[in-house]
Amino acid sequence: MGGSWKLHGLTKEEYDKIVNFLKREPTEVELGILGALWSEHCSYKSSKKLLKKLPSSAEWVVQGPGENAGVVEIDDKVWIAFKIESHNHPSFIEPFHGAATGVGGIIRDILSMGARPVALADSLRFADPREVLSKSLLKGVVAGISFYGNSVGIPTVAGETVFEECYKTNPLVNAFCLGIMPAGRIYKARATRADQILILIGSATGRDGIQGAVMASEELGDNAEEKKPTVQIGDPFFGKKLIEAVLEVVEKNLVIGIQDLGAAGLAGAVSEIASKSKLGAEIYLEKVPLREKDMTPYEILLSESQERMLLVIEDENLKSVEEIATKYHLSCAVVGKTIERNRLRVLYREKPVADLPVSLIVEEAPIYTRPVEEPSYLEKLNSFDQESLPMPDLSEALRKILSSPNISSKSWIYSQYDYQVGTNTVIKPGGDAAVIRLKWVVKPEVKTEKAVAISSEGNGRMVLLNPYEGGKYVVAEACRNVACVGAKPLAITDCLNFGNPERPDIMWQLTKTIEGMAKACDILSVPVVSGNVSLYNETVEGEHLRNIYPTPVVVCVGVLEDIRRCVNIYYRGTADLLLIGDISRASNVGGSEYLKVIHGKVAGNVPKVNLQKEKKLIEALTELIKKDMILSAHDISMGGLLVNVLESLFPTKLGAELEIYSDERADFFLFAEMPTRVVISVDPSKSEEIRDFLEERDLEWMYIGKVVPQRVFKVSYNGRDLLEENLENLKEVWEKSLEEIL
Amino acid sequence: MKFAVCVFPGSNCDYDTYYVIRDLLEKKVDFVYYNQKDLSSYDCVVLPGGFSFGDYLRPGALAARTPLAQAIVDFALKGKLVLGICNGFQILTELELLPGALLPNSSLKFICRDVYLKVENANTPLTKKLEEGEILRIPIAHHDGRYYVPQETLKEMEERNQILFRYTDEKGITSELANPNGSVAHIAGVMNKDKNVFGMMPHPERASEDILGSHDGLMLWYSLISE
Repeated sequence: MGGSWKLHGLTKEEYDKIVNFLKREPTEVELGILGALWSEHCSYKSSKKLLKKLPSSAEWVVQGPGENAGVVEIDDKVWIAFKIESHNHPSFIEPFHGAATGVGGIIRDILSMGARPVALADSLRFADPREVLSKSLLKGVVAGISFYGNSVGIPTVAGETVFEECYKTNPLVNAFCLGIMPAGRIYKARATRADQILILIGSATGRDGIQGAVMASEELGDNAEEKKPTVQIGDPFFGKKLIEAVLEVVEKNLVIGIQDLGAAGLAGAVSEIASKSKLGAEIYLEKVPLREKDMTPYEILLSESQERMLLVIEDENLKSVEEIATKYHLSCAVVGKTIERNRLRVLYREKPVADLPVSLIVEEAPIYTRPVEEPSYLEKLNSFDQESLPMPDLSEALRKILSSPNISSKSWIYSQYDYQVGTNTVIKPGGDAAVIRLKWVVKPEVKTEKAVAISSEGNGRMVLLNPYEGGKYVVAEACRNVACVGAKPLAITDCLNFGNPERPDIMWQLTKTIEGMAKACDILSVPVVSGNVSLYNETVEGEHLRNIYPTPVVVCVGVLEDIRRCVNIYYRGTADLLLIGDISRASNVGGSEYLKVIHGKVAGNVPKVNLQKEKKLIEALTELIKKDMILSAHDISMGGLLVNVLESLFPTKLGAELEIYSDERADFFLFAEMPTRVVISVDPSKSEEIRDFLEERDLEWMYIGKVVPQRVFKVSYNGRDLLEENLENLKEVWEKSLEEIL
Repeated sequence: MKFAVCVFPGSNCDYDTYYVIRDLLEKKVDFVYYNQKDLSSYDCVVLPGGFSFGDYLRPGALAARTPLAQAIVDFALKGKLVLGICNGFQILTELELLPGALLPNSSLKFICRDVYLKVENANTPLTKKLEEGEILRIPIAHHDGRYYVPQETLKEMEERNQILFRYTDEKGITSELANPNGSVAHIAGVMNKDKNVFGMMPHPERASEDILGSHDGLMLWYSLISE
């Protein structure tokens, strides 16, 4: 087997470990199983130790990391399951199906918990969309998400799209799904004893996606085109039927455990069930329904064909499950059973093709403590002094920022997604967070006054400049967004997109980011209940190495006590505008869109989040909205204060007159992306009450002007007129810039 | 009054439609499946939106060849009420219960957004609670919603008042900009000659509660159930 480990993504040392453990050479099928299950994607071998630093428990957490999705209690009637996962590598190789199967895969993770998937979100990263490659990647990915999500009938309600050069050949496609279930009814990848049967239900198995997990754990090179066959093909029609069939099986109480088939296909799913149940399993490969001729045992076992689930059932329920499969025109076959001995035995026409201890596949998977080293780029980037920046023409700068693809309206993207199917979408895409009503009429019937808010964030630029502070920044922003609609942040799911962990500087970024995130999660009381790590997001082109910015994408899910009490970012009428939170400190334009777009720099220091203040701000917002005291809320994020106010104005028929008093340079105050700052609009008669409320909570506030009935946009700074802009004109710049590029 | 909500494999607005009828209208409603043949116990059949049979071949084409589709034809020929929304509208044109066809949007992209509709005929079982010329705000979500009929058929339909809704702006003015998908004569919804079969691309079930941003769709449901 000289060197064959390489084909399976294993190192020489890993191969030797296998031989030592087995006391023999593994067969090709065995090597395929171990290569897939020991891949970074499946085993988290570089990140496992670090991930333990993230807090994962709280009173309301039903299921933390380690299962197909995290589960959180909403009340005594309803639980929710949610998770985010990456599909970065496949989406670069084949954007349409890469993204589509990313959506399909995360849906099945939620389905595995026995939950009804009710909301999707997507976090995307590309290079400048004006470049041919990036534009075609973006279009392909959006079309793929639209194709799958719309057809399968789950609304895509949230997400973000960010453009940065570093993602040129490593675009990020992170898909999130949330499901609802009646409280108390949770399913896992479990069997309860030996001799329970394993049923494969869904699509027939083909040759697509073989070795997908290995591919996703390697850096991409010049041969990306050759890797196309490793990308799976998605069929949302089968996906939809599979959802209905599995939920019917669950509803009729016919199943013991559920596991979706994802990375490493049948091998992965069966190993997972066997390992978690502390049992073994036998697989009969000839029983697997196939859609291609002459597939080898290796191919059948490791195919990543989509729309398949593995069910653990008692023999006596087989007929009922088969009837349900027939009703939905799905293939369904008994492909194995659990056994007492802790072994994975794979047979093909009664001949063993693999016989491995389950412990070797799962528990013995390598775990690495990789070397870390502080990257050398930091000193240069952090030493940047913002005082050296020339003062630009602010009117021109504002237009330029509004036209930047990062700031410009993303409606070209989200209007291609059905964000309303299910009739539960209360706050639609475009705001700080989506709000979803928790209602389903049958399979399973769920009803509560409560709702959930969903927001995804992942500012790679801030994390690049300071991974620890950036990690805090990202978590704080996701939580703040959820609070801006009136929800209490409950928990997060994260997707850590980084470069090659075998490089010490990347490992340092990963370590520091996780530490920063952990700190923020701890102070803000938001445990991490599920997630995914995507490493090797680097491209080697000859001599040149391109790494992505360290990009932790965080999705925060919050709960609203009363669905009728939530606010959007949009102004609703004449009002006072207050900037609230942590505002007395100096504004810092480090890592801002202003610095990048106007001055051509990604540099500076990350504005550090004061987590204690952030916590107070989040609590205050939740309470203000619950008590119906404010009309709108929108946090300062990419683009800064002026962009914030304009985003709240554009879809309305209103205008704003800002009067700002500050001893800072106007460009710093107006364009810095300072955390812990939110603009609220309030009824002038309630202004004083709200100010008292904030002062009691040790939060700062600043009157920054008012919303007026005329369609104007004026800004005065320290009593002097600074800007007077045609609002419709600005709106057009913002609305059309990205659309025109595409 | 008893409703049937049709479920074809791939239908995905079936639950939403069922919810409106059961929970908001408080009327009796059952799901009926693509292989069922008997609709005799129902007064109104709704074909919901979605991607029946994955929209493979052509939206609605496969659903129109199921046993349930034949039952719907018989049901409609008896003069009973049939409403097709989005994919349901596509199926009804495939069955030729409604004239015309629904082609891919002129942008060739899926479009999800709110549109404004002008009520063209308020003298039908689906619109009798509305006023002629009234403007409704209701969402659309489709890839194949460009209504097409030949000019001569269009003329006949207009003469017989078969046009139910047109896409307009919020003031009720038709324009290229207000027509989201390139439909001929800005048509968003039509009915048959006998005034018992209705098809529309916008989703009234998504605009039946204030909490979802609009209740303008509710009057269509109320019209259907009013004697």
